[in-house]
Order: sequence, then structure tokens, then C-alpha cells
Amino acid sequence: MSKQYQFKLVLLGESAVGKSSLVLRFVKDQFDDYRESTIGAAFLTQTVTLDDQSTVKFEIWDTAGQERYKSLAPMYYRNANCAVVVYDITQTASLEKARTWIRELQRQADPSIVIALCGNKTDLEARRQVSQEEAKKYAEEEGLMWAETSAKSGEGVQEIFTAIAKKLPLTAPPSARPGAASRGPGARTGVDLSKQQGAQGQQEPCNC
Amino acid sequence: MDEEYDVIVLGTGLTECILSGLLSVEGKKVLHMDRNDYYGGDSASLNLTQLYRKFRPDQAPPTELGRDRDYAIDLVPKFIIASGELTKILVHTEVTRYLEFKQIAGSFVYRDGKISKVPSTEMEAVKSSLMGLFEKRRAKKFFEFLQNWKDEDPATHQGINLDRDNMKTVYEKFGLEPGTQDFIGHAMALYLDDDYITKPARPTYDRIILYTSSMARYGKSPYIYPLYGLGELPQSFARLSAIYGGTYMLDKPIDEIVTDADGKFVGVRSGDETVKAKQIIGDPSYFGAGKEAEGGKMRVVEEGKVVRAICLLKHPIPGTEDSDSCQIIIPQNQVNRRNDIYVAMVSSTHNVCAKDIYVAIVSTIVETDKPELEIAPGLNLLGPIHDKFVSISPIYTPTSTGKEDDIFITRSYDATSHFETVVEDVQDVFKRVTGNDLVLKKRDVEVQT
Repeated sequence: MSKQYQFKLVLLGESAVGKSSLVLRFVKDQFDDYRESTIGAAFLTQTVTLDDQSTVKFEIWDTAGQERYKSLAPMYYRNANCAVVVYDITQTASLEKARTWIRELQRQADPSIVIALCGNKTDLEARRQVSQEEAKKYAEEEGLMWAETSAKSGEGVQEIFTAIAKKLPLTAPPSARPGAASRGPGARTGVDLSKQQGAQGQQEPCNC
Repeated sequence: MDEEYDVIVLGTGLTECILSGLLSVEGKKVLHMDRNDYYGGDSASLNLTQLYRKFRPDQAPPTELGRDRDYAIDLVPKFIIASGELTKILVHTEVTRYLEFKQIAGSFVYRDGKISKVPSTEMEAVKSSLMGLFEKRRAKKFFEFLQNWKDEDPATHQGINLDRDNMKTVYEKFGLEPGTQDFIGHAMALYLDDDYITKPARPTYDRIILYTSSMARYGKSPYIYPLYGLGELPQSFARLSAIYGGTYMLDKPIDEIVTDADGKFVGVRSGDETVKAKQIIGDPSYFGAGKEAEGGKMRVVEEGKVVRAICLLKHPIPGTEDSDSCQIIIPQNQVNRRNDIYVAMVSSTHNVCAKDIYVAIVSTIVETDKPELEIAPGLNLLGPIHDKFVSISPIYTPTSTGKEDDIFITRSYDATSHFETVVEDVQDVFKRVTGNDLVLKKRDVEVQT
């Protein structure tokens, strides 16, 4: 019998490394050369089906530009099950920034978080500044997954998300694991605000 | 910072963040700044390090309290009324997708030296010690009158005109005892003082209906509360703003509000950078609150003070049936005051502190020059207090509408136990800034490509 799991995935990385483009490619299989900074698209979901027919639904949080002046809210990291930290292979400085984000994740996020370091823009191979060896070595030292992608061509995009899905602990539904309550529909444990008034509880509105 | 914005917002308290979110959704170009390195301003929830930095800068948090990151201590004790205006904004803006809510387990009222549960079901009402048998019958008639009231059907009015008759007349019609009036006016209509009794009954009617419909919604109390503390609320609206293009800068010193020769707003200076915008919104602390006017204009005035004591307990509050969260109202008459004393308690169930810790905030409007003594009746209900952080906060209100100078200032967080007045402030500022009433539309959440 196939099972469905839901996980919160957060994206991190310097501005303009292609975080949103990566998600757009993964979720909609689209690419836009002149994409503006993230507007109106900071909450997407996409499902990956694994070999045993179980499905992993990613609830993907984009930074919405709040990373630009180091103003990401603690809410962003809260209950994140996995993170994709993106750098641009044509910009050495962006790998440095990625290291900073990884330290921030280790400080703020749940210790069990699965982190993937992702070198984007392999379509710009001619302008490469960050070697595969350097990034891979760093990822190994820190115990991170690592891959290179091109949101533009689609190369490696599906693969990195599938690899994360495989790495996530599928032993229990995320909502059942302490400290990792999922906020997806159907997985809520708290009260539902959208519920029609009076739908729950049959008592008279009057208390006396 | 060399771009020009439609609106600059200063301070990331809940009021400012809701405004920032709503204005961004409307298509305004918003720059949102805060001098602190955390979100929330005066409505933040702090971890232990931040709490100690604020209250006891020379002291490190004791390790026995547990992990720093397990704490989110609210600075302002407020709960969300389940059927109230904030809930409507949360649902309409869909920021609920970032939040998870739990009920507050119980609502209690202090009477004759002890606390009793505000009944949430008919069964509880029958057993309640708040009223005697005959008084219960009278109260039942009173509540039936309110529930059955229809504006267009005079037969339901029983000779009462809600817009003309005052609440005293209504109480007298049903023969309700002063203790019952206290309970209704303070624990249900949530008035802080008794001024409402001599005013037309309509607003009190509205408040009681809001209370009872909120109570009926989830069952245990009229209140809900966001997991990880109230500080999640401003963060969620800040995210909404950012998604619609709002720019966020924390940890940004604000050195000057720059105006032109006519006193009209021009921009904000931080260090040697000045960023320009058409309008500015901000909390009172960015507009000279607590300082003498330096030749310039007095932009905010103090309306009063609130004393708040954040108490860390290692047990639930006695007499609350071991509730993991509750509100206790001490009506002013019960302790010979003009204003009620409130106790608001949350615990690890709401992910705001370590296991087996309970965080209770006792608060009231300051009436004397010894504010800490004024909250003693509340502190005395708590049992042994492990640690206590007391603050006295002035309540500021703006001196002008902002129409002349494009400077729009929000109000400080008041002593009420909920967010209804915060939403009123949001609606008021929104109207002054945009010229339009705030109309809540369901927004489109599909990705724009």
C-alpha cells in the first residue's frame, strides 16, 4: 500500500543564485530568463513518487527576498524538515554565503534537518568559478548532500529533490514526529480557523 | 537604499506588520525597517537570551530553565478572540498557512476571594458557583433576551432600545445582582472598567454576542493562541508583505525622520543614508515617545501606563483544574480598583517554554505610583513564583491624523486581553494612509509566472 508523507522544505542562498527558478523548474517545469525577484510565489507544493510507490509531498518555502538584508524570520526555519542551500557556480562569493546559511541552519533549525548544497547555473559552464571538487569536499565535511543543477535547462533539478525525498526519514508521518509538526492541510493538530462558525460544538451559544 | 518607496514602515509590531502586508498586497512598494534584530517590536515573543538582554542585561539566563530556543515569551499578554476581527484578517489574508493555533483551555473570573470558571456549557452553568439558583434563572432570561434579539422584530425587544437605553436599565429589567453584572460586564463583555454601565447598551450587546459565539466555536474558551507565541503573528504578516514585494531590514538604526520646510515627510535617515518615500507609518517609539519634543513637534502623547509582570511558574495556576492555559479576570469592584487585573497563562503545550514551566503575565492599567503593588491580587493567585520580570509601559497615541505631514503613527498595545483594539488601529491607519476603508478580499495565492 502506498503511503504519503509531507515535509517542509526551505530554500536558502544569496539573492540571484536562482532559488525561485529552481523551484519553478521543479514544480512547473518552467524557466523565465528575466525573472524578477520573488513576488507572490512563496508557497508551493510538489509531490515526488519514490520507487516503492510512496509519495513525498514537499511544502516549499521561498525566502520572498527576506534574506537580502538578513531579515529572515525564525518562523522560516521552524519545523523545516529539509533545506536546499543554493549557490551560483559562476560566483565564488555565493558559496561563501551558502556556508553562512548552513551555519545559520545548524543554529536555528531542528538538528535532524536534511540539508542539500546545490550549485546552480551549470548551463553557464564557461563562466564557472566554483569547482565541483571544492564544493563537494565542503559538503562531505559538513555531512550535507551535494549536487549541481541548471534551472534553465532542467539538468539535475528533479534528481536533487528526489534524492532529498529518499534521504528523509520515512519511518513515521512527519506530523507524528516530535518537533516536526507538519502544517499541511489535513496534518494540522490545532484548531482550524476557517471552519464555519458553530460547526464544532453543539451547545447553545448562550452560556447560562 | 537609493530606491524610492511608496511607504516606509518603522517597527515590526503586529499593527505595523498587518499594515505592511495589506499595503503590499494592494500593490504599494513598501520598505519595512526595525531597529531590533528580531521581529515583533513591543508585541514580540522573546527567547531567554533576548528576554534577559531586555530585562537584566548584566545577567545570563539560568541553565536550569532549559534550552533557549524552547522559549517564546510574549511581551504583551493577549489572546485571539475566536470569532473576532483579527481572526477574520488571518483567514482572509491566508497567513493561517504559516501558523498553527491551539485553544486557550479556560477562562476564569475572580469573585469573593476565589476563582471560578466562566461557564462554557449549559451543564457548567448549572453547576457554577457564580450564581445562586434564582439568579441563574434571571440570568438565563437575560441571555435568552440577547440571543433572540432581532433588530427588525420589535417583539424580541421586550421594550428595550439598545441604542438609547443604557446597560444599567437592561440589568435592572432582568433584576441581575451586582456580582452577576460584574461577571457579565468584565468576564464576558471584557470591559476594563465600569464606564459602560451608563452608556447605551448596544456595544455591550455586541461584545457579549462576540464572546458567546467565540465560546461556541471551539468549546473551552473564547480564545485561541498561535503555537510558538504571539510573535508568530507579526512574522506571518511580514512574510505576506515580502511575498508581495515588501523589502525587510532588521537591525537598522533609525536616526532621523526627515521632513521638508512645511514639516511634510520626506524620508528616513539611517547613518549617512537617507531613503525616501511618499508616506511613513511607524510605532510611537520611532516618533519621540518618552522624549521631550526637541523644538520640533510633539507627535505622540502618553495616555496612561500599563504594568505587566511576566511570571515563570513551575506549576499550573491553583484552582484552574490544572489548565495548560487560561485567562483570569479580576473585576475592579472585587479589589476596589477602577480597572480590572488580568492574568494570562500559557505553557509548553503552546511551544512557548520548556516542559513543566508555565508563563503567566499579570497586568493592569496603572492607577497609583506603586504599580507593582496594584497587581498583587493577581500575583497572589499564582502560587510560588519562580521568577518575575516587571515592566511599566506608557501607552502612546498619535497627536495628529497624518493627513498634513504624511506621517502616520500607530498606537501602543493597550491593557485589553485581546487584539480587537489592535485591528481597530489597523483599520484606522489603513484608512488614513490610503483614503479607503479596509475591505478584506480573498487573495489569489496561485504562483504568477
